[in-house]
Order: sequence, then C-alpha cells, then structure tokens
Amino acid sequence: MSPKKTGKKAGETPAPETTPLRGTDGLRRVVITGAGTINALGHDVPTTLAAFREGRCGISQLDFRDVDRLSIQIGAQVHDWRAEDYFNRQQILLYDKFTQFALLAAKQAVAQSGLDFQGALGLRSGVVLGTAGGGLNTWDENYRTVYEEGKNRVHPFVVPKLMNNAAASHVSMEFGLRGPAFTVATACASSNHAMGLAFQMIRSGAAQVMLTGGSEAMLCFGGVKAWEGLRVMSKDACRPFSANRNGMVQGEGAGVFVFEDYENARARGADILAEVVGFAMSSDAQDIVMPSAQGAERAITGALQDAGLNPEDVGYINAHGTGTAANDKTECAAVAHAFGHHADRLMMSSTKAMHGHVIGGTGAVELLACIMALREGVIAPTIGYQEPDPECALDVVPNEARDARVETVLSNAFAFGGLNAVIALRRV
Amino acid sequence: MTDQIRDRITAIIAEQAMLEPDQISDDSTPQDLGIDSLGLVESIFALEEEFDISIPFNANEPEKSDFDISTMGTIIAAVERLVAQKAA
Repeated sequence: MSPKKTGKKAGETPAPETTPLRGTDGLRRVVITGAGTINALGHDVPTTLAAFREGRCGISQLDFRDVDRLSIQIGAQVHDWRAEDYFNRQQILLYDKFTQFALLAAKQAVAQSGLDFQGALGLRSGVVLGTAGGGLNTWDENYRTVYEEGKNRVHPFVVPKLMNNAAASHVSMEFGLRGPAFTVATACASSNHAMGLAFQMIRSGAAQVMLTGGSEAMLCFGGVKAWEGLRVMSKDACRPFSANRNGMVQGEGAGVFVFEDYENARARGADILAEVVGFAMSSDAQDIVMPSAQGAERAITGALQDAGLNPEDVGYINAHGTGTAANDKTECAAVAHAFGHHADRLMMSSTKAMHGHVIGGTGAVELLACIMALREGVIAPTIGYQEPDPECALDVVPNEARDARVETVLSNAFAFGGLNAVIALRRV
Repeated sequence: MTDQIRDRITAIIAEQAMLEPDQISDDSTPQDLGIDSLGLVESIFALEEEFDISIPFNANEPEKSDFDISTMGTIIAAVERLVAQKAA
C-alpha cells in the first residue's frame, strides 16, 4: 500500500496523518453527531424517544430457556430480535448478542453522522465501549453444554465471542477505526466511563472521532440467577424514587454515539445533537455494594467543574435511579447537597422504569433522554411513580413527560464497587 | 428437633458475625451483631442452604418481607415455620 498524500516522498512513514492537531488553547470542543440504540423500547432512536415521550414501559415477563426456575420473572427484554435480519450466518457464529446490539447501534450512529472512516480519518478515530457482562449468553450456553449436557466439545469461537472487548473490536473492524479501541468494565457505570474517556480523548487531541457508549445482554438464565442472589431485584416493577419501590429490574440493549471534534463537525456541516462539556469520575473506596452520597456528590461537582458550569446552569439530570432503596435515597442526598437550593428547581428523572437497568449499557441508553431534553425540550418521565418518599424529595418528573427548555444536563451513573461517573451535555 | 434448629441457626449467624454462639441471644438484632446488609443477605443464603428452604427476603423492603429479620428470635421462629412447612 502506498502512503497517502502527506507532502512526503513515497516510502516515508505518513506520520502527519496519525498526529492529531491541537486547538490553540490545547483543548478541543467535543460534540455528538450520531446516535444509535436497541433496547426494550425499540430497535432505533426514534422509537425509543417516542417511548420516552409516551412514558411507555418496556418491562414484561421474561422469555428464555429455564425462566421457570427463576424467582425473578420480569425484565426489559429486547423483543422481536432476529439476528438474521441484520447479520449473515458467519457473523452470527462470531457475535454474542451484546456484540450484535453494539454493532446495530453503531451502524445507526455512523449512518446519522454521515462520516466515512476510510483513509486518514480512520487512523484518528477509535471506539471505547462499556459492558459489564460481555458475552454472558455465550458463557451461559457453553457452560450448559459441558456441565449440564455433559458434552466435551464446544464451538471454536467461544472465546472470541465471549470476551468483553469483542463488541469494541467488531465495531472497529466494521468501520475501519484504527486508533484507540478498548472496553471499559465498571459495572453499572461502564458506558458513562466509556463515554467520558472518549470525550477526554477527543478533547485532548488523542482522537478526532470516537464511537462510544455501551452494550449489555445479560438476560439469560445464568445472568438473572446471579442477580437474584443479591436480593435487590423487584418481582413486579421498577419504581424509582417512589416510597414503595422494591428493587431494580434488569434490561438489555446498547447505545452507541459518534463523538467528534467540534471544528471537524462544523467544517463538514454535520447536524450536531449536543455538546459534551464535562466529565468526572470518583470512587467511594468504601463498600462493594452500598453507595456513598459523598462519592456520588464528588462526581457530580467534578463534572460541573470540568465543564466550567455553576449548579444553577443545570436544568435536568438523568438519574442513576435504579429503584433500589439504597441507590435512590443516596442519589437524592448527593444531588441535594451538590446543588443546594437549586436542587429544588432542577428536574431529575430515571428512565430505568421504562428500559430497565441496562447495566454496562445503561448510561448510553440514558444519554438519549439527555439529548431529547436538550434538542426537543421534552423531559423523559420517571414512570411507575406512586408514593412520595421524603428521602427522595426532588422533582422526579413523575409518570408523564414534561415540556421544558433546558440548556445543560447531567447524566449520573453510580456502580457497584463504588465507581461513579457523571457526564455533562449542553445544547448547541 | 426445635432446639437443634435453633442451634444450627445460631451457629450460622455466629459464624457470620464472628462471635461465639453464647454471645447471641434472642434479643440480638443483626445490627447488634455487626451484620450489615450484605452480611444479612449472606446469612439468609446460608440458612437456605442449611435447611433446604426458600426464604422470601428482598433487601429493598426487609420490613415487608414475610421473613422477619428484626431479631434472632424472629429469625429462628421464621426458619422453624419454613422448615415445618417443608416437612408438611
């Protein structure tokens, strides 16, 4: 292959193509120019946003092998999923469901962005995705094969299917993204950490375009059985911030976004969905499952400081809002403390009551609600809200979507393990 | 039979709390014994395994569960009830 036009003689290394240019202030602005998703509410962004506006619930009876042996029978499962509608036989043999979801979402996002990664752009572009369970369906199916069915041979693609970086790798191959590519696993905060790192890489000049978000496909017998053990799951509904909440409900799916250098997006006339303006992460360093209000608050205030925002600038927060007793009261305490008097004026909703807890992909699906708030002036509701809880005394946009113009929004994610990640977006 | 159940439950809780069985009384609450939420879930799992029973317990609403975990006395009574139901 001959080097591209770099002004250098043939045979020399085309270094300028892989050396990104820095802005005069050393930091670049980062914008979102494409979005894609598949989740229980729909197989694309428009269907998902319509569900957010309607306050539609994607949680229903689970449907997969051995579900009758589970004490938790509900989840936000992707319905009507036929991999053969999107992938050929050989691809399906190589792609676990979490990879399939990530690829589908990535294709939608890239199509919306209008980007073509051939040539130099591919060298300056990458992918960072979050997942907690990776190819958990593949683990589950093959353990069943060897332990339950007693077979001594498994398919040769088991390892490349189940590895947590499989989705990121296949996305990089699909589009020719030859820059930074990796996977982040921070449980329920995975995709917020992933998107935050993508933001930092573009801002610092390490990459020009990043595909980022997350994917999860944990709704199988082993996946739900493991969660049952912790006794934090609801048997009937996800009711974030409601006094009668009784636990989380698992979901599945993916969200993938195109994060792009602002100057590049503007120069090519791209439709900019939102600007990413801040990100912060913190660790509670305290308990493996119980959240800390101080740790969450440090991530929230860190994101505001990173973005150069005052608390009063924030109009909406997409909450972590799992619907567990512990998370929701801790999160509300963190927000109340971080925002002071402004906590009573801002809106905070949890969309998990609609799409379930998508675990390592949840922050990515939830970023869609943030973009909807900024672009359409519609705040997604917290559905399933029935009884006020004095420990969650914020405006949680109960049950019905609300029209409201907001300039700046936050998205919270607080993971098991005490790992917190908060992203700030601004209207463009 | 009942005394034996009581002793087995006490042994499980004592191990979780890192105490001697005679340091645990019917009035002891999980909090008194230094058992946190994760320790409680672990204890309930151990009791299920020991007696081959299924204990209805949701960490989000412990007070609403049919299984009363407020003191050692209530835990022992609830386990005895589940063991009796299983035998019936």
